Amino acid sequence: MSGLGSIRNFSIVAHIDHGKSTLADRILEVTQTLSQREMREQVLDSMELERERGITIKAQAVRVLWRGHQLNLIDTPGHVDFTYEVSRALQACEGALLVVDAAQGIEAQTLANAFLAIENSLEVVPVVNKIDLPQADPAAAAAEVAQLVGESADRILRISAKTGEGVEDVLDAVIERIPPPDGDPGAPARALVFDSSYDQYRGVVAFVRMVDGRFSTRQRLRAMAAGTRFEAEELGFFSPDRSPTPTLEAGEVGYVVTGLKDVSRLRVGDTLTGQDEPAREPLPGYKDVKPTVFAGLFPTDSDDYPDLRDALEKLKLNDASLFYEPETSQALGFGFRCGFLGLLHMEIVRERLEREFDLDLLVTAPNVAYRVVTKAGEELEVHNPAEMPREVELVEEPYIRASTIVPKDYVGSVMELNSERRGRFHHMEYPSEERVLLAYDLPLAEIVYDYYDQLKSRTRGYASFDYDVIGFEPGDLVRLDVLLAGDPVDALSLIVHRDGAYARGRALVDRLREEIPRQLFDVPVQAAIGSRIVARETIKARRKDVLAKCYGGDITRKRKLLERQKKGKKRMKRVGSVEVPQEAFLAVLNLDGDRK
Amino acid sequence: MRNRVRHLYVHLPFCATRCGYCDFVTLVGRREGHAAYVDGLLAELRLEHTCLADPLETVFLGGGTPTFTSPAELARLLSALPRAAEVTVEANPETVTPELAALLRLGGVTRVSLGAQSFRPELLAVLERQAGPDAVRAAFYHLRDAGFDNISLDLIYGIPGQRPADLGLDLAEAIALGPEHLSCYELEAKPGTRFTFAHGRELARQADAMEGYFELVVETVVGAGYRWYETANFCRPGRQARHNLGYWHGDDYLGLGIGAVSTVESVRWRNRPSLAGYLGAVAAGMRPPRDEELLEPEVARRERLMLGLRLDEPIPFARVEAAVDEGALGRMEQLGLAELRDGGLALTRRGRFLGGGVTAELMAESPAKSTI
Repeated sequence: MSGLGSIRNFSIVAHIDHGKSTLADRILEVTQTLSQREMREQVLDSMELERERGITIKAQAVRVLWRGHQLNLIDTPGHVDFTYEVSRALQACEGALLVVDAAQGIEAQTLANAFLAIENSLEVVPVVNKIDLPQADPAAAAAEVAQLVGESADRILRISAKTGEGVEDVLDAVIERIPPPDGDPGAPARALVFDSSYDQYRGVVAFVRMVDGRFSTRQRLRAMAAGTRFEAEELGFFSPDRSPTPTLEAGEVGYVVTGLKDVSRLRVGDTLTGQDEPAREPLPGYKDVKPTVFAGLFPTDSDDYPDLRDALEKLKLNDASLFYEPETSQALGFGFRCGFLGLLHMEIVRERLEREFDLDLLVTAPNVAYRVVTKAGEELEVHNPAEMPREVELVEEPYIRASTIVPKDYVGSVMELNSERRGRFHHMEYPSEERVLLAYDLPLAEIVYDYYDQLKSRTRGYASFDYDVIGFEPGDLVRLDVLLAGDPVDALSLIVHRDGAYARGRALVDRLREEIPRQLFDVPVQAAIGSRIVARETIKARRKDVLAKCYGGDITRKRKLLERQKKGKKRMKRVGSVEVPQEAFLAVLNLDGDRK
Repeated sequence: MRNRVRHLYVHLPFCATRCGYCDFVTLVGRREGHAAYVDGLLAELRLEHTCLADPLETVFLGGGTPTFTSPAELARLLSALPRAAEVTVEANPETVTPELAALLRLGGVTRVSLGAQSFRPELLAVLERQAGPDAVRAAFYHLRDAGFDNISLDLIYGIPGQRPADLGLDLAEAIALGPEHLSCYELEAKPGTRFTFAHGRELARQADAMEGYFELVVETVVGAGYRWYETANFCRPGRQARHNLGYWHGDDYLGLGIGAVSTVESVRWRNRPSLAGYLGAVAAGMRPPRDEELLEPEVARRERLMLGLRLDEPIPFARVEAAVDEGALGRMEQLGLAELRDGGLALTRRGRFLGGGVTAELMAESPAKSTI
């Protein structure tokens, strides 16, 4: 078979750890895309970080051949933060394998991903995985999935990606159940950029799904939204390494080496077309995702600022959802205010910056975006607590609908946590006899502050969690400032609910008093809401700091001691007249993790 | 014509025993080796003497325990050293007999620095000192009887087991003897030493108490009419240790003996501590093995600042201005820690308690080293 009819484009979606990557590996093996010798665990997860955390961050596309068909498998991340990446990948597909762990059953992200696939009009092929596990209950899991997607239970595939049992049936089902792509091979070429990466030597590499027409190597192309023109230096597909090919045909998934050196000139979501015979209409773009969590990123050594800027620029190419803009903090110097899809996304960006770009970073406490109406009636969106006006008419904060699935014994713990976090009960469901789905409306800010760790520890790790942003609601929110010797420390300002302000202020002040070394003068440490001080401590001045004796033989050593003391000062950040070690900022910014 | 060196230091490393906290270059016993070592010192002096002024301003015999050196060799050394206005010898109390005191007088010694350290028997035992409190007092009177009118006492505080009241008593005892000069040091326990290992926990407790000790020392000694002329040193009017003042003023000095340090015309060198290497070289008419450091003018200025700020008299500002961070000076003046007076820079009384931190503030960043 050839042409569109022989092509299938599909994704695998699953809750984290339900075996998505293992299934992808097994598919490469069964289709002999890779020999066993070449197999490594989780071939598709190429980033070091992905291997270490066992999660998939970036979507990857790989072509395999099965019974005369070309199957393009687009791997997707499973975590809630990456819903956007999943949605981009899904847009390039006609179907999705929905993988569910036979021992765990449906989890929160199973639901979220299944709904995403259905919203994108994809054919969902449900697969119950890990049937080899002793604690597996394939029949129960299959029943849950069948109910979820509205299939009969006998249509649910039961496999073990680990042993390979049933994997061939999965591939057969992909061919039988998922429709071939419906593009027009004769129309002017159009391809959707669903992802991209940056190659040091070859520039921007776009991952594309050809919709109509074809591209040829050396063809001159144009990105329709950005207007960027370039030549297709190389076309190809992944199997799973790059395999160059002279053309990309309608319906196929592959890559285009653009040679572009400027990462901002080709955006994910854009449509590529030929310069000579251009398409008239671009493909519908992806929905524009808005970052929900913001934090300031500052290099610990201010000399690294240009390196941080370059690194963010490069990451941005691989990660269209990353948002950043320059920020200047009195306390921390030059850095960037960055927007993330969630906390895990933030953690991953930070780790990639530190590992792949060898940067040492200070990250401020994460916050959400606030809508503010000032006393003068002006409307603002505030991404940084330091920019929150001290006098406001109204503040609105983002709310989420949180879905938590837990064994029923933990329902009370989750309810307790959610009510501590200003949550409103919405409803409850029973996906199975043993498990309960709790739906709550919560301020997103409460999730950003140490929620995952709490949820995990209070449910012994049995809870699965997912959320959607549902809109903004007004709240009694105040800006809490920290002052050292009367000078506000902009990097430590927080926006908190009034009821929690005293406790947060007290905790901040106590921690700072412990962490900031005594200075040459008394340093008052205060937490304030506007002009009202809500907590105060004093770091008493040192009374003695001398080198005891200093005679002929000691002079060199003593001088070096002083020079070292001087150098130590240089590593400190100066806030007004107070020297604050990096560690103090880190300790305060990590306060979240210590909350019991 | 180069400037002549006016200060001579002579290191006599021999001790009866080694005190647990000591980190000087010392050799225990070896009485049979004293003559050879004195020969070595005099040989080194012959190699270096051309740089010395005549007469010298000061000579200082430090140790080790200079007064543990066998009397005949000590006398031979003293008679062979060049004349100076101030000749100081460090002495341990148990070595000071009427005979030794007389020998020192005869040898031209003008000043004795007596290592009392404490008057509490239990604290002296912790320090592994040989002398008890009575021996300290006896030594002091032997020196007075021999005619010494310039005696300094060393005290140490922060000793494991010490309480503030103990320090008060030590200070009172020392002042009661009426020395012309007092040096009060905090105990510096070096990491990795036997002493630190034995007293770790108690040393940490003492470190927390040092602020109070230091304040008590200054209040008590100044209250008794002494001048607090250097961070750790106090004197009756006109009785500063002129030799040490030379260091603090940034003067050149020549040091003889193993481990001794010299600074002459922007070169600082330290003789290696090996006795055999030292004796072998000087016997062959060669300079002993040593490590050298070239002091760039900028480094010399920083040292001048660091040392000068230890004194109660202002440093002429023009000499150190280039080493001072102007902004920091403004801040320190505002905090009442440093001041410009009489055309010089000095720390205020409170600034002197924080001398290390204030000096580190005031020191300008060193210019980036150019690649060689």
